[in-house]
Amino acid sequence: MALDTVLFYAFAGITVLAALFVVVQRNPVYSVVLLIASFGGLAGLYVLLDAPFTAVTQIIVYAGAIMVLFLFTVMLLNVPREDASEFDRAHPLNRPGARRFGAVLVVLFLIEAVWAVWHVSGRETAALRATDPGSVASVREIGKVLFTDYAFAFEVTSLLILAAMVGAVVLARHRAE
Amino acid sequence: MGPAAPTRPEARRPKPEADKNHLMDPVLIAQIALVVVVFHALLLSAAGMVYWERKIAAWLQQRVGPIYTGPAGLLQPFADVFKLFFKEELRPLAADKFLFYLAPVISAAAAFSAFAVVPFGPPTDFWGLLPREIPLYVADVNVAVLVIFAITSMGIYGIVLAGWSSNSKYSLLGGLRSSAQMISYELSYGLALAGVLVIGNTLSLHDLVEQQGGYWFGVIPRWFIFLQPLGFVVYMIAGIAETNRAPFDFPEAEQELVAGYHTEYSSMSFAMFFLAEYINMVTVSAVATNLFLGGWKGPFLPEWLGFLWFLIKLGALLFFYLWIRWTLPRYRYDQLMTFGWKVLLPLAVLNLLVTAAGVVYFGA
Amino acid sequence: MITLNHYLVLSALLFAIGTAGVFLRRNLITVLLSIEIMLNAVNLTFVAAGRQFAAVDGQIIVFFVMTVAAAEAAVGLALIIALFRHRESLNPDAFTSLKW
Repeated sequence: MALDTVLFYAFAGITVLAALFVVVQRNPVYSVVLLIASFGGLAGLYVLLDAPFTAVTQIIVYAGAIMVLFLFTVMLLNVPREDASEFDRAHPLNRPGARRFGAVLVVLFLIEAVWAVWHVSGRETAALRATDPGSVASVREIGKVLFTDYAFAFEVTSLLILAAMVGAVVLARHRAE
Repeated sequence: MGPAAPTRPEARRPKPEADKNHLMDPVLIAQIALVVVVFHALLLSAAGMVYWERKIAAWLQQRVGPIYTGPAGLLQPFADVFKLFFKEELRPLAADKFLFYLAPVISAAAAFSAFAVVPFGPPTDFWGLLPREIPLYVADVNVAVLVIFAITSMGIYGIVLAGWSSNSKYSLLGGLRSSAQMISYELSYGLALAGVLVIGNTLSLHDLVEQQGGYWFGVIPRWFIFLQPLGFVVYMIAGIAETNRAPFDFPEAEQELVAGYHTEYSSMSFAMFFLAEYINMVTVSAVATNLFLGGWKGPFLPEWLGFLWFLIKLGALLFFYLWIRWTLPRYRYDQLMTFGWKVLLPLAVLNLLVTAAGVVYFGA
Repeated sequence: MITLNHYLVLSALLFAIGTAGVFLRRNLITVLLSIEIMLNAVNLTFVAAGRQFAAVDGQIIVFFVMTVAAAEAAVGLALIIALFRHRESLNPDAFTSLKW
């Protein structure tokens, strides 16, 4: 088994399992920590896809900043553990037939996923296109395109962040009663 | 189908690269040895920092420091480690068991990993023992500066999870304050780095050091500190704040918060936090050495002894760290945050703007 | 050998997990976390497709998606804090005043 394949399945496994546990288990702090692990797996996948800048940005921005924000909020609000779905009458899973229908959908999805992967992996021509080193991946290339073709979007993004910052500060501050 | 056409699959597949035994490849062995050496060097440097901290603190306070354990007190850090090793490992009953033990691991792992991409010497082939030169760092990444930044930001989780999982008010407050401080100063840290990157035009630490060889007018070395003095100052201040060292160590303030986020830790978990802090200091100083002080470039020594210059410069920066700790009083928390956001961040942005303008005007 | 399909299936799987989280979890923080999972699934698709078609635009779009996600997480969490102060609960079922 080529190293690439092993690494792909390893990182993919970490990502999916961690994401699954984020959604399934009920302690919110564990959810945040598991999501950080999931992002780490994704960063590994980006490195495999010859996108080291995206991988590092993922760690810096997502795992390093956004998740810290989540963790702060969870700790400040002292978010309690959620009750299991069996005890909550209004929970969507307790609607009639919800679990059965959901199970059918999951099975269909898994069949389709396995077919899509198995159907293609035998064929040599379907492999991901190999990149010459430094062509797509270099930070210089990204910077060049970012500041020329996407310059307007870049500037608008800075306005977006300003709006978000002001909004977050205003929404979360204490009302002087 | 002609007899000479290579239709067998083995002939069509490209041959494997070397037909010598891969496990005994001398370059691979050298790289593994390098990993081992770097790891142990970091551990020893943490031990050395323990000793020098006590000694320099003593000299600054007109006393002698450790002199009894071993000659001139040199075995003091080992005595400290033994003491910590034999202490009882406590955990508060209400503490979250998994996160409580995970937090120091995250801190220490992030501290060690960040040093993996820092080069400490010129590429060498160990005087002909190796078939080709290998660079003297553990991982060869061409986005090295960003990787250091990323791993440093992962170290925050060790602190914030330690603070929360201890389930005690001093720990929680210390953890939250400490991580808020770290993420605030991370911005100035990154912007100071960005100034150097604009000049150096590459993200690889190795290439940045290579660009600092040579001299202006034959006398002044081409170090980036002369091109980026403000950047260096901002970087060092942000680095001190990032590693939670005085005068920015309010989260560990003994007088106010018992011991902040590591109040409830004892024995080896505490030792891991201690270790992580010192190794973070070493990493910040090592990156500053490479970026601003020319890394392993220096006069009088042949090129292959460059790592000695690296160690000298690293030692100077670490001394600076210790000197500042025992000289300046501690910042209060709101003063700390005000300074970070209202003074250091605008300075860093200004530095970046001026640097970028200078590069455009003078054509690098 | 890993094909584009592998990455697309992985991305679909992550997106499905995220969607399930948004629908089924009764805790606003976890709902936001599931939204982040969905955004990351989309990022993965962009980067994989960018690699397949040898275009750097994939990574640039990912850059913008990350920025938007950061802004959205910040505002979303501020909203959650404000809501929590109002109702002392993080269960979406507690905020039903606008329901008829």
